[in-house]
Amino acid sequence: MEEQVLIPHLFRTEYRNIVGVLCYRFGIEHVELAEDIVSDTFLSATELWGVHGIPDNPAGWLYTVAKNKTKNYLKRNSLFEQKIADRVRYETSFSEEIEIDLSHKNITDSQLAVIFTVCNPVISAESQVALALHLLCGFGIQEIADAFLTNKEVVYKRINRAKEKLKSAAIKIEQPTIAEIKERLDNVLTALYLLFSEGYYSVSQNATLRKDLCAEAMRLTYLLVLNDSTNKPAVNALLSLMCFHSSRFEARMNENGEIILYEDQDESLWNRELIEQGAHFLVAASTGNEVSKYHLEAGIAYWHTQKEDTPEKWENILDLYNNLLILEYSPIAALNRTYAVAKSRGKKQAIVEAEKLKLTENHFYFSLLGHLYTGLDNEKALAHFEIALKLATSASDKAMIQKNMVSFFL
Amino acid sequence: MQEFLLAIHRDITSKDASPSPEQMQAAIKPFQDWIGSIAAQNKLVAPPKRWDLGGRVIKKDNVVINGPYAEIKESIGGVFFIRAESYEDAVEIAKGCPVLEWGATVEVRMAMPSPQ
Repeated sequence: MEEQVLIPHLFRTEYRNIVGVLCYRFGIEHVELAEDIVSDTFLSATELWGVHGIPDNPAGWLYTVAKNKTKNYLKRNSLFEQKIADRVRYETSFSEEIEIDLSHKNITDSQLAVIFTVCNPVISAESQVALALHLLCGFGIQEIADAFLTNKEVVYKRINRAKEKLKSAAIKIEQPTIAEIKERLDNVLTALYLLFSEGYYSVSQNATLRKDLCAEAMRLTYLLVLNDSTNKPAVNALLSLMCFHSSRFEARMNENGEIILYEDQDESLWNRELIEQGAHFLVAASTGNEVSKYHLEAGIAYWHTQKEDTPEKWENILDLYNNLLILEYSPIAALNRTYAVAKSRGKKQAIVEAEKLKLTENHFYFSLLGHLYTGLDNEKALAHFEIALKLATSASDKAMIQKNMVSFFL
Repeated sequence: MQEFLLAIHRDITSKDASPSPEQMQAAIKPFQDWIGSIAAQNKLVAPPKRWDLGGRVIKKDNVVINGPYAEIKESIGGVFFIRAESYEDAVEIAKGCPVLEWGATVEVRMAMPSPQ
């Protein structure tokens, strides 16, 4: 690989590894120092590799340089502090070696510790996702801004505020104890779920970036599965859900970046390997008595990997949506449940159910009603699609609704 | 929105208890759909739980009687909480209870607003 290709690739993977280890070693209060050292390391790589060629072990080179830069910084810094603050200790202070452990195990431990720090409820869920992308996934500010469809300044401010909050709350970066895992794992899973959804449902047109977000969410969730203390049923359920969803990644969008509805997808584009992995983690999730929302959503996603419409399929999906809503209400789950009612009990009964929802601000609600009335009362169907069109804001949503409306005139 | 208690009463003690266990079994799916429908309207406050058929009745002077009955034949089969605009709205929801068909009754009670 040429260095123009190799450095961005290494940057994505090694930036987060080294930053994680340094944060784990020095604490959240020195997060900027960690980032500076690693950025400086990559700057040296860019300069030196261009002249001298790429070293045999590029990652190892980065580790060595990052270690040396850290040690130099600490020596200089302690020299400076000692001179001013405490002349007495001057001679003994920096003689002891500072060890920076960049072994695979310590990198993994650091990542886990940083996950639990970043996903702390003292910062908002939105900030957790942004900071996770930055510190744990090695995403640049510009990439995060692209994913959130916002500008660099907004992301920069959001990340800095989040860091300041973590510092002032003195959140430690350390291995979570069993008690902490029990208390905070839910929160970590929520952030990882959001990170995945950000990629999967993002309005961003950048398909590569969206896939990267999903892959990162899966990587971090897998990290929790690999660790004995965090390998819980809900974690496996979440990973299973992610596998099932991402199996349809190639099939759910056309070359213009428009969403292809489930019913119209080319099944041969579904990724069988991911479906199998999803099934594997769903089995792993089926221990104990806990049924989390991830279990239910993974179950729903599993049935969606069965393309053929059978009564069994839609009865199961309806049942899972019933339970999901009992556990936690959300408008999208309410709408999807109604769709499952249409599939299992017919459109007429689904209309009765839909009209009870009264989600009159939601364009998906009117699209659903339009869909349910299609074939039963096309005039009403069209009227509902018209309201949906008025309420929809994104171009892709509008295009989808218009497509439905056009079909009436063909 | 007001909070309402929905208590499903049925005879669970006598031999010809209605609904029968078979009827209850047949009602499980419609019951799930009914609760799911309430939850889809964001009107479910606390979901139903399954209650045992044991039960204790406590009276004055520490009198404790076994059995899930008070004085009458009908005992509570299920209890849960919903929110609804009005009594009318709550009653409309309660009418959807599939166990009614098998002879159960549904009691609807509105929570009193807490005093200011």
